Amino acid sequence: MSPCDSWDWETEEKRIPFSRWQTQYQWVESPCVAPDGESIAAVVRLTEAGFGVRVNDRLWTQMFEKAWHLGFAPDGRLVAIVSDGETWTVAVDSRLWEHRFDYIWRPLFCPQGSHMAFAFQQDRQYGMILDDHPWPNTFANISAMNLSPDGLHTSASVQVKHLPAGDIFAFAQGAFSAAADGQAWPATFMNVWRGCFSPDGAHLAAEVRLSPDEYTIAVDGEQWPHTFTAVWEPRFHPHGGSVTAPVRLDGCWTLARDGRIEWRRNFVQCWQHQYSPNGEHIAAIVCPEYGRWTVALDGKPWRLRVGDMITDLSFSADGRHVAAAVKNKNTWSIAVDDLCWHHRFDRVWPPVFSPDGWHVAIKAEKEGRFALVVDDVVTPVSGEVMWSPCFSPNAEKLLVPLIRDGSFVRRIVSMGEVLG
Amino acid sequence: MAEPAEKTPLESIPLAEPATALPVADAGIEAGVQALTPRTIADTVRRVLGAETGARLKAYLSTCTHCGLCAQACHFYLSNAHDPSYAPIGKIKHTLWELLKRKGQVSPEFIRQASLIAYTQCNMCRRCAIYCPLGIDVAYMISVVRRICRALGVTPLYLQDTVNSHSATHNQMWVKADEWVDTLQWQEEDARDEIPELRIPLEKEGADIMYSIIAPEPKFQAGLIYKAAVIMHVAGVDWTMPARPGWDNSDMAMYSGDYDIMGRIKRFHFDTAARLRVKKIVMGECGHAFRSVYDTGNRWLGWRMPPIETQHAIDFYYDLLTSGRIKVARKYEEPVTLHDPCNIVRGYGLHEKARYVVNALCEHFVEMTPNREYNYCCGAGGGVINCGPPYKQTRMRGNSVKARQLEATGVKVLIAPCHNCHSGLEDISQHYHLGLEVKFLADIMYEVMEK
Ligand code: SF4
Ligand code: SF4
Repeated sequence: MSPCDSWDWETEEKRIPFSRWQTQYQWVESPCVAPDGESIAAVVRLTEAGFGVRVNDRLWTQMFEKAWHLGFAPDGRLVAIVSDGETWTVAVDSRLWEHRFDYIWRPLFCPQGSHMAFAFQQDRQYGMILDDHPWPNTFANISAMNLSPDGLHTSASVQVKHLPAGDIFAFAQGAFSAAADGQAWPATFMNVWRGCFSPDGAHLAAEVRLSPDEYTIAVDGEQWPHTFTAVWEPRFHPHGGSVTAPVRLDGCWTLARDGRIEWRRNFVQCWQHQYSPNGEHIAAIVCPEYGRWTVALDGKPWRLRVGDMITDLSFSADGRHVAAAVKNKNTWSIAVDDLCWHHRFDRVWPPVFSPDGWHVAIKAEKEGRFALVVDDVVTPVSGEVMWSPCFSPNAEKLLVPLIRDGSFVRRIVSMGEVLG
Repeated sequence: MAEPAEKTPLESIPLAEPATALPVADAGIEAGVQALTPRTIADTVRRVLGAETGARLKAYLSTCTHCGLCAQACHFYLSNAHDPSYAPIGKIKHTLWELLKRKGQVSPEFIRQASLIAYTQCNMCRRCAIYCPLGIDVAYMISVVRRICRALGVTPLYLQDTVNSHSATHNQMWVKADEWVDTLQWQEEDARDEIPELRIPLEKEGADIMYSIIAPEPKFQAGLIYKAAVIMHVAGVDWTMPARPGWDNSDMAMYSGDYDIMGRIKRFHFDTAARLRVKKIVMGECGHAFRSVYDTGNRWLGWRMPPIETQHAIDFYYDLLTSGRIKVARKYEEPVTLHDPCNIVRGYGLHEKARYVVNALCEHFVEMTPNREYNYCCGAGGGVINCGPPYKQTRMRGNSVKARQLEATGVKVLIAPCHNCHSGLEDISQHYHLGLEVKFLADIMYEVMEK
C-alpha cells in the first residue's frame, strides 16, 4: 500500500491563509509543503536573534538562533537543522535530536522517508549521523554523502590519511577512501567521488581515481579490472548485483558493466544513467554529436536532438516509458519516449509519471506564473508559487499544492477536468 | 589589427635585462622530470597530439609565416628587453615545434624547460592573437604544451595543489563543506547589522539567479560575499547560493591541462544550477572562471555554449544600473583607472559595459593606454600566479611594461574586475612601488549605491 492511499483525494480545495505570515514576522523564508499537501511550513524570524518554525497555524515552541534546510521528509515529518548559537542538531517535528555537533548539513532521506541522515563536523573531524546515531569513526574530511535505498546505511567519500598543506606527493599516494556506516575501505585512492549502495544496502560502489589519468569504479573497495580516462557515477542493477557506470575511453563515453564495455555505441558525453524499476532497461543522457543532446535507451539514442541540455531523466513505474526535461534555444519542454511536447516554458520541474505510466504531469513556469501541465496540456490550475504535482494511486486525480492570492491551496484535480 | 604606436615608456621603471628563465626550485616539476623516460615522453606526446589535436593546430602550424609580428603584443617580451625567447612564437618554437619536429623524442630536460615556458612565461592572455595578421592563437598552442606536461606529470607544485583541491573538494582552496556554509551564514549575520532583513538564501530552489564565486572569497575575502549580498538585496534580486559542491566556479585544472578534472568541476557547477532550477548563473568578478564556464569547460563536456545562461558580474552590474535597480547615491570621487581582464574582454567583449559601470559609479575615470582588447595582461591569469612564489620574480620581471602603463595613468585607484588580475596587480603595485589601491567593482558599487 502506498502512503498516498490514505490521503484525502476527495476534497477539491483546502486553503490556509499564508500572506498574513509575512506581516506577522520580520521575514518568512521560502515555504515547504508536506507530501500530502496538508501542511505548509517555513522558517520565520521571531526576534532580532531568534528563528521559529511555523506550520499551518502553529508555531514550534522552541526558538533557535539559526535554522535552515527546513523540509518535509517523504513520510511527512518536518525536519530542520537548528542551532542554539553554540552547537547544531536536528529538529524533527519540533523534537531535538540528542546528539549535537559543531556543524550539521546535507540532509538525506530514504524514498519512504522513515530514515534520515546528515553529515556532521565535530572538533574538525567529520562523519555522518543516521536517525540520531553518529558514526563510530570520524575522518579528516567528508564528501559525497549517500543513504542506502532502505535507509539503513550511510556512506561518504572520506579522507583517511593526513595531507599536509600543499603536499602533492602525499596526495598522489592516495589519501581518500569510501566509508560505509563509518567503516572505511582498506584501500585508498587519489580521489573517491560519488558512491551508491546496492538495493539491499549491503554493497557500496564509488567512482575512484587511481592516478591522474586512471579512473575506475570500486565496489566494496575492490576496483574494476579495467581503468578509464574518466568515469561518472555508478549504479547497481536493481536485482542482479552488477554495477554499471559511464566510462570514457579513447576520448569517447559509453556504458560499462563490472568493468567491461556494455554499450557498443560511443558518445561525446554520457551521464545520469538510470535503470528501469524492473532492471530491464537503462536510459542515459547522451551527446551523440558535439553540441547536440538526447536520451539513449539501452545504448540506442533517440532521434530527438536538443542544443542546450537534458535533465531529470525518469522511468515510469512499469519501465516502459522514459521522460526528461529538455532545453533547446533557451526554452524548456518535456520529452516522453522520443517525442517532445509542443509547449515551451521558461522553466520546468521534473516530470512525474502517473502510476500506470500513461500520463506525465509537471509544474512549469511561463512569464512568472506557475501552471500544472499534463500530457502537454497547459491546465488552468496555476499560482504564484507551486509545488510539483502528485498522482493519486489510481491515476485519476492529481494533488497540486500552490499559493494563489495570498493563500496556500491544496488542490485536487481530476484528470477529466484537466484533459477534458 | 595592431593598435597605433604606444606611449614612450616611463623611465622610472627600467626594463629587465635580457635573460632566460630565472632559476627556480619547484618540487612538482623536479619530481615529474625525475620520473620521465624518453619512451614515456615520446608516447605521451604522440598520444596527446594524435588524439586531442586536429585541424585547428594544423591550420595554425601550417599558416604561421614566422613573421614575428606577435612579439610586440607580449608583455613578457616587451618587459624583458625584447628577448626573442619571450616572443609568442619564440615560446612555440622552443616547445611545440620541437616536440612535433622530433616526434616527441626529447629529453626530460627539454620537458622541464617546456613546462616552465608554458606554465610560467605565457599567461594565455591571447593578446598576441589580435596582433597576428593570421589570427593565430598562440595561447591555444601553449595549452597543448601544458596538456602534454600535465600528462607527463611535470606541473608546478602550487598549481597542482589547487587542482588537487578542485578534485577532492570541488573548490580551489580546500574549503570544507561546513566551512563554506558557515561562512555564508556568518556573512549574512554580519550584514544584518547593516540591513536587518538581508538574507543570503541558501539552496533556494527556483530562485531566478544562482550566484557562484571562486573559493578565495570564503577563504580570504568573505567581505566580498557580504557586499554581493547587499547589492542583491537592494536590487531586489531573487537569488540563491548553493550549500553543496558546485558553488565554486573557478578552474585551475583548465590551466594545468587536467581536462577530466576541469570537466568534473564544470559539470558540478552546471548540475548545481540545474538542480536549483535557476534561470541563470551570475558569476562574481573573476575572469578565468568565466573562460572555463563560458568557453573551455562547457565545451570539454559537449556543450557548445553554457547550458544555463551565465553572466559575468560586469554584465550583471550593467543590467542593475541601466534598469535602475541600483541607484548611485554619490559617485566615487577619487580618480580611478580600469584594468580590462583578458578573459572577459578579449575573451568576451565586456569592455564597453565595464566602462559604463565605472562611469556610472565614479566621478573621474582615467583610461590606461593601451586599453580594451589591447590592454596588457596583468601577468597573473592563465594560471601563472597560481604557480606560486617560486615564479613571482619571473612574473614581476615580465610585468614591467604593465607597471609603466599603470604608472602613466597618474591614478591611485585601480579597478580590476577579476580575482587573478586583482592579486597580480597588487603584486605589481607593491613590487614597482606604485602605491595603488586595487578594487573590485563591487567594492565601489557597495560604497556609492543607495542602500
Ligand atoms: S598569450 Fe599573452 S602571454 Fe602568451 S605569448 Fe601571447 S601575448 Fe604573450
Ligand atoms: S603567430 Fe602570427 S604573428 Fe606570430 S609569427 Fe606566426 S604568423 Fe607571425
